[in-house]
Amino acid sequence: MNSSTPSSSAGGPGSADPTGPRRSSKRPKYSRFTQQELPACKPILTPKWVISTFLLISFIFIPIGLASLFASRDVVEIVHGYETDCIPEGSRNDKVGFIQSSLDKTCNRTLRVPKEMKQPIYVYYELDNFYQNHRRYVRSRSDHQLRSPTSEHNIGDCGPEGATSNRTHIVPCGLIAWSLFNDTYGFTRNNQQLNINKRDISWKSDRDRKFGRNVYPKNFQNGMLIGGGRLNSSIPLSEQEDLIVWMRTAALPNFRKLYGKIEVDLQAGEIINVTLQNNYNTYSFKGKKKLVLSTTSWLGGKNSFLGIAYLTVGGMSFFLAMVFVVIYLIKPRQLGDPSYLSWNRNPGGR
Amino acid sequence: MTRGRIRARIRRSSLYTFACYKPSPTEEDGPHDIQGPGYSRMVYCNQPHIHEQKPLKYCSNYISTTKYNVLTFFPKAIFEQFRRVANLYFLLAAGLSLTPVSPFDPVSMIAPLVFVVGLSMAKEALEDWRRFMQDMKVNLRKASVHKKNGVFGPKPWMKLRVGDIVKVEKDQFFPADLLLLSSSYEDGICYVETMNLDGETNLKVKQAMETTLPLDDDPTFKEFSATISCEDPNPSLYTFVGNFEYDRQVYPLEPTQILLRDSRLRNTAYVYGVVIFTGHDSKVMQNSTKSPSKRSTIEKKMDKIIYFLFSILLFISLISSIGFILKTKYDLPKWWYLRVPDRANLFNPGKPLTSGFYHLVTALILYGYLIPISLYVSIEVVKVLQALFINKDIHMYDEETGTPADARTSNLNEELGQVDTILSDKTGTLTCNQMDFLKCSIAGTAYGMHASDVELAAAKQMAMDSDGQNGTPTSWEKSGKAFQESEIQLETVVTSKDEDAPKPPIKGFSFEDMRIMNGHWLEEPHADVILLFFRILSLCHTAIPEPNEETGTITYEAESPDEGAFLVAAREFGFEFCRRTQSSVFVHERYPSFQEPIEREYKILNLLNFTSKRKRMSVIVRDESGQILLLCKGADSIIFDRLSRNGRMYEEATTKHLNEYGEAGLRTLALAYKKLDEAEYSAWNEEFTRVKTSFGGDREAMLEKVSDTMERDLILVGATAVEDKLQKGVPQCIDKLAQAGLKIWVLTGDKMETAINIGYACSLLRQGMKQICITTMNTDTLVQDSKQALKENVLMQITNATQMIKLEKDPNAAFAVIIDGKTLTYALEDDMKHQFLNLAVDCASVICCRVSPKQKALVTRLVKEGTGKITLAIGDGANDVGMIQEADIGVGISGCEGMQAVMASDFAIAQFRFLERLLVVHGHWCYKRIAQMICYFFYKNIAFALTIFYFEAFAGFSGQSLYVDWYMLLFNVVLTSLPVISLGVFEQDVDSEVCLQFPALYQQGPKNLFFDWYRIFGWMANGLYASLIIFFLNIIIFYDQAFRIGGQTADMTAVGTAMFTGVICAVNCQIALTMSHFTWIQHFLVWGSVISWYLFLLMYGELQYSIPVNAYRILLEVLGPSPIYWSTTLLVTVACNLPYLAHISFQRMFNPLDHHVIQEIKYYRKDIEDRHMWRKERSKAREKTKIGFTARVDAKIRHLKGKLARKYSSMGHCVPQQR
Repeated sequence: MNSSTPSSSAGGPGSADPTGPRRSSKRPKYSRFTQQELPACKPILTPKWVISTFLLISFIFIPIGLASLFASRDVVEIVHGYETDCIPEGSRNDKVGFIQSSLDKTCNRTLRVPKEMKQPIYVYYELDNFYQNHRRYVRSRSDHQLRSPTSEHNIGDCGPEGATSNRTHIVPCGLIAWSLFNDTYGFTRNNQQLNINKRDISWKSDRDRKFGRNVYPKNFQNGMLIGGGRLNSSIPLSEQEDLIVWMRTAALPNFRKLYGKIEVDLQAGEIINVTLQNNYNTYSFKGKKKLVLSTTSWLGGKNSFLGIAYLTVGGMSFFLAMVFVVIYLIKPRQLGDPSYLSWNRNPGGR
Repeated sequence: MTRGRIRARIRRSSLYTFACYKPSPTEEDGPHDIQGPGYSRMVYCNQPHIHEQKPLKYCSNYISTTKYNVLTFFPKAIFEQFRRVANLYFLLAAGLSLTPVSPFDPVSMIAPLVFVVGLSMAKEALEDWRRFMQDMKVNLRKASVHKKNGVFGPKPWMKLRVGDIVKVEKDQFFPADLLLLSSSYEDGICYVETMNLDGETNLKVKQAMETTLPLDDDPTFKEFSATISCEDPNPSLYTFVGNFEYDRQVYPLEPTQILLRDSRLRNTAYVYGVVIFTGHDSKVMQNSTKSPSKRSTIEKKMDKIIYFLFSILLFISLISSIGFILKTKYDLPKWWYLRVPDRANLFNPGKPLTSGFYHLVTALILYGYLIPISLYVSIEVVKVLQALFINKDIHMYDEETGTPADARTSNLNEELGQVDTILSDKTGTLTCNQMDFLKCSIAGTAYGMHASDVELAAAKQMAMDSDGQNGTPTSWEKSGKAFQESEIQLETVVTSKDEDAPKPPIKGFSFEDMRIMNGHWLEEPHADVILLFFRILSLCHTAIPEPNEETGTITYEAESPDEGAFLVAAREFGFEFCRRTQSSVFVHERYPSFQEPIEREYKILNLLNFTSKRKRMSVIVRDESGQILLLCKGADSIIFDRLSRNGRMYEEATTKHLNEYGEAGLRTLALAYKKLDEAEYSAWNEEFTRVKTSFGGDREAMLEKVSDTMERDLILVGATAVEDKLQKGVPQCIDKLAQAGLKIWVLTGDKMETAINIGYACSLLRQGMKQICITTMNTDTLVQDSKQALKENVLMQITNATQMIKLEKDPNAAFAVIIDGKTLTYALEDDMKHQFLNLAVDCASVICCRVSPKQKALVTRLVKEGTGKITLAIGDGANDVGMIQEADIGVGISGCEGMQAVMASDFAIAQFRFLERLLVVHGHWCYKRIAQMICYFFYKNIAFALTIFYFEAFAGFSGQSLYVDWYMLLFNVVLTSLPVISLGVFEQDVDSEVCLQFPALYQQGPKNLFFDWYRIFGWMANGLYASLIIFFLNIIIFYDQAFRIGGQTADMTAVGTAMFTGVICAVNCQIALTMSHFTWIQHFLVWGSVISWYLFLLMYGELQYSIPVNAYRILLEVLGPSPIYWSTTLLVTVACNLPYLAHISFQRMFNPLDHHVIQEIKYYRKDIEDRHMWRKERSKAREKTKIGFTARVDAKIRHLKGKLARKYSSMGHCVPQQR
C-alpha cells in the first residue's frame, strides 16, 4: 500500500526511497528536441538584409523582364478576324441562318506579312465567348472510351451525345467532341500552295496514351443535330489531331488552339491568300473567330505581359530598396537599441 | 476478550477541554427515525455477499472518470466532432458530393473529412485512455479487507463491496466511505486529514461508538455482524443520518463516525471500519462534478472568424448563383454546344431558379476551401505536440517527488499566454504546510541568524540591485551604500548561508544561533527567562511523542505543524519531550548540565486548548518542586492584553522583534507564564470543574469565561517566529509573475492571520502597503442583528475603501484587500459583487481567507465574468476543485497528496514555481504560435479559395473548378498543412531564457497583440491580395498565347497546374517569412512541401490509365520544359510576398515590438558585449506592479531615497554654518 500511495510530506525522511527507481523513469529524457533547444537559424530583417533582398529581387527580375520583352518582340503575329467578313453581305442580317444553311461557306481572305517570319509558323484559330470551360461541357466526355475500344460502352457523363437515338454508342461521345471546330484554312502564296503540317500539333502523350490507336469514330455526328466537325471513321482517334487538340478544353472563354504549322519562311510584305471554309457556328452566341499566324520564341507566343510584370515587380522592388536606403540614411534606427523597448518608450511602464 | 498485544494507550479525550468533554446528546436521544424515501440504504456489516445481488447490490468501488467507454466511444465522439459547425458543414458537403450537384469527385471531399475527424477522434481516444489508466491506478490500490475467520488480506480498491470490514493503517487513504468501528486508541478516536475534501490542514477527530470499541483486533471480526440502515448516497460532506443495529440494539449514527473516501488516517496506528458507500456512491464522488470542457478564447474568436468566413462563403456563393441564373436564363440557350436543358435540370434555362438552387449548393461546396477543413485538426495536432513539450520540459520536472509537468488537456495551451489573474490556493500550493522554527525573541533579545526564504531572496535582490547601480551617478551609489548598510544584517545572512556546512537539516528546525544552542544559553544574561521559554515550548502543547525504535529518536504527532516545530525546537535546545501519560508530561532536560539529560515530570493540571476565537492555549502544570505554573502561548495581541503590570519588562523589545518577524513573513506567537499559588489555583479549579461538568448550551461560553479569568496577569517571556515554509521558489515566482503583469489573488481556507503572514512571506503584502481588511463584526454577539444590517455594513466598508483608493494621491501607494469568508458571502451577492470586484481590481493584492470551496469557485467566476479577462486557478486539494473547474485554466499541484485537484485540472505541475515557466515560456510561445498559425491558415485558404471563385466567374458561373480534384484534396491535407504545423509547434520569437528574463514580454498575450481583429483582417486582406495576384497573373500570361516554343497553347489543366504551383509556392514562402526560428525541421517541412508538390505532380502525371484526365505527364511533357511556367511561378511568388516583406520591414524599422528589439540584441550579440545594458534592460523589463520582492525593494529604495533627500537638505543647511 505504501508504495502505491503518494508519499506524504509529513511522512518523514526516507519513506520515499522504495519508489525511487520508478520515479526516475518519469523524469523526462533530455534531448534538444523535447527541450525545444534545437539549433536554429534565426534570421532577422536587418536593413542590410532588407535592402539586399529587395535589390537582389530587382537585379534578378529586371533582366528577366527585359529578356521576356525582347523575346516577345521578336515574335511576329498576324491576327485576322473573319467572323463578319466571311458572311456574304446579303446574309449579314441573319448570320445564324447562313451558317446553318447548306450554302457554300468558302471565303477568301488575304493577309500581309508585316515582318519576316521564320518557320515554323504556327497557325491558330481563336474563338471568343466560347465557354469550353463550362462545367456541363468539361464533363461531357469519356476518357475510357477514347482510350480503348473495349470501353466503348462507357459513356459516363457524355450527356445527350452518349448514344444515338437507336441506343448505339457514339465514339467519341460527349459534347466536346460533338462540337468539334470545323473551319478549315488553306494558304497560298503567289498562287503556290503553302503546306499546312497538321502532325504533332497535339501532345505526344495524348496521342500515345489517351487516344487509342485502335479506336475509330463510330456513329459520330449521326444524330438529328449536327454539332461541329465530322471525323473520318477510318482513321483511329490517335491520329485525329484536330480532335485531340480540341478535347484539351481551354481555361477561358477566349482561347486559341493550334491548327497546324507552315514550315516555310515568310518574307516581310508578302501577301498570303487564305481560303477558308467558314463552317463553325459562333454566330449563335456572337463569338468572334480569328485566324492567327505566329512564330514563337523560347518563351512561346507574343507575350509582352510577362516582361512587363517582371519589370514592374523588379522596379517596385528597386524602389522599395531605395526607400529603405533613404530611410536608413535619414532616420536610422540602431538595431537592438534598447530605447525602443516598450518599457523605455513609455516611461510610465516602470 | 483477550488482547494479544500491549499498546501504549491514552485516553486522548481527557486532554481536551472543549472538544471532547461535550456531553454527547445522541446517547440520550435514541435512534434516528429513518424511514421513507432518501433513507433506503441497508448495509449488512461483514456480510458483503448479501450485497452481491439485487436489491441490495450497490455500485462497486470502481471509479471511472473517463468520458467514453468502448461502446459509447464511436457515437459520442462522432457527435462531439460534428458539433463543430465547420465539421458539420464538411459532412454535409461530403454527403452532397455524392450527388450530381457536386463540382468534385466525392473522394476528394470525403477523404479529408475522414482523415480530419479520424485524427481528432484518435486524440480523444488517447486522452481518454490516459484518464482510464489514472483511474485504474486508484482502483488497483490495495486495501486490507476482512476475508474470513478474522483474517485480513489485501484486496484492490475496486473489488471492495458494501459491508466489507476494512482495516486502514496510518497515512493510508480510506478506500470508500466507512463507518468507524474502532481504532488503535482505547476510546476509539482517530485523526483524519481531510485536506483532499475541504482543504483544511488541521486534523479532524473522529470517534467510534462505545458499542463497537471492543472490536479492535483482527480476530474479533470473526463473528461480527450488524446492520446499518442509513441515508442514500448524497453529496453532503458534513451530514450523515443512519442507525446501527448491533446485538439487537439500535444506535444512532453521527457524521463523526463516518470516514470519507479520499481523506486520510493520521496519527493513529490503524482503524477498523465498515464500508457503507462505495465508488460513485461515496460522498467525494457525489461531490465531483463533470469537468466542464473548456475552450480557449482564441478558439472562441476563431469560431467567430469561421462564422465570418461562412458568411463570405454564402455571399460569394450567392453572387455566383445569381451570375449563374442570369447566364443560364439569357446566354445558355444560345450556347448550342451545351445542348441545354439537361435532364437533371442542373442547367435549365426554362427553370433558372431550380437550376440556380442546385448551383448554390454546388457553389457552397466549391468555395468550401475558404474554410480550412484541416484547421481544427492541425490545431489539435499542434496542441498535442505543444502539450508534449510541456510534459517533457525538464525544467518543470520536480526531482523531489519525481513528477513532471502534465498538460492534461491540450485545449488551453495558448490560453496560458493570456492569463490576467491568478487565483491561488495557499496551503500546499504556496506553502508546503511545514513549519520551521526560525527565530525567537527571549527576554527582549532576538535570537536566530537564519534568514527566512523571503529575507534571503530579498537580500540577494538588493545585493544585485546595488551591483547594477555601480556605473550610475554618485548620488545613487551613495544611496546604494546607505541601503547596503541598512541591510547589513541581510548581507551577513547571505554570507552565513554560503558558509553553511552541509549538515543534515532537521525537519521543522532551521534555527541557528550559537548563543543559545548547545547549552550556551546558560551563559546568557537572562538564563532564567530562557529556561522558562524552553519549558513553555516543551510543555504547552497537545502533542504525542512517538518513539521510533529503529533510530531511537522521537517524532511528534501534533495537531498543527506549528506545535511540531516547537517541540523539535525544544528538543534541539535540550528539552526533549519524551513521554505523556494521562496526567503527566515527561521531559528530558539537559539542565543544569547540557551533557546529561535528566528526566523531569510535570503534572498537567489543566489544559485550556486552542480555538480560533481564543487564539491562545495554556497549560497549568505542577513541577517537581510543587510549584504551579500557568504556561501560555498565543497570538501576540491577545497575550499583550493580558500581561500584568510587572510582566511588561520586555514588551517593547519583543514588539519590535515581532514586527520584524511579521515583516519577514513569519508566523509569530508570544509566550508568557504566571506563577500560581496553591490556594489561588484550587479556588479557580473548583469553579472550572463545576462548569466543565455542567450541561447546557452556554457551557462553552462559561468555560471560556472561566479560562479567561485564569489567563490574566501574565509575564511575557518572549516570542517565537516560525516560518510557514513556502514551497521552493514561490516568492521568486510570484515576483516574476507580478512583473509579467499578472495579478495574484490568494484564496485560502486558513485563518486571516495565517493568510496575512503568508501574504508577507510571498511579498504579496509588505509594510507600508495599506491593508483594507473587510470583516463582519463579531457575529456571535450580533446573531439577532438582521442580515440586512450586516450587509450594509460590508457595503459601507467596501465603498469607504474604494473612496480611499480614489482619493489617494501617491502613485506608489499600494493597497491590499483582505476579506474573510463570512464577509465574502455578502460581498458575493449579486447586488454587491461588482463593487467588491472594483475594489479588488484596484488593489495590488487580494487575499480571501476562510473561504469555502464553493466561495473559491464563486470568486473565480466573479473575476472571470466581471473583468472579462482570463483567469487561472491553481490549487492542490479537493477544496480547490471548484475553482479549478471554474477558472479559464485550472492548474493542479501534483506530486503531493491527493489527486482531486489534478484530476480536475487542465495542467498539473509539481510545484508552484513551475507556474512561471508554464506561463511565461510555454504560455507565451503557445499563444503566439497558435495565433500566428490561425491567421496564416485563414490567409492561405482565402488565397486559394478565391482563385476558385474568380475562375468560376470566367467559366460562366457554372461551378467548374480550375484545379484537378486531387490538387485540392492535397492542398489542405498535405501540401500546406505541415509547414503550418511546424510553425505552430516550433516557432519561438525569443528563446526560453529571454522569456524568463523579460517577463514584460508576456504582456503581448494578455494584450492580445497577435490575434486582434486588425491583425486577423490584415492577414485576410493579404490573402485577398495573394489570390488576385496569383489568379490574374497566371490567367493573363497563359490564356491565349502559346506557352511553349512548340506553339502549344495552355489548356485548362495546364493553367490550373501552373496556378496551383503559384499558390503552393506563394503560401509556403509566406510562411517562411512569418517564421523567425528555423530549425532543420522547419526547413524540411516548408521547402519539403514545395518539393513534394512537384514530386506529386511527377507521380500523378505518371498514373497512366486512371484518373488524371489531362494531367497526364503534365510536368514532364507539358509544363516542365516551358520557361514561362517557371518564370510565372517565380513572378507570382515574389509578387505575392513583396508587400508583406515591405510591411514587416517597415514595421520593424519604425515600430519594433519588444521581441524584435530583443531578437536584434541577440542577433548582434549585444547582450554579451554589453552585459551592463542587458542586465539593466532585464531589470526594467517588467510591468508596473506593487507586489513581489522587486516592488518591495523599490518601495524600500524610495523610502531610503526620501530619507536621504531629507538628510541632504538638512545637511545643506548645516554646511554654511560650519564654515
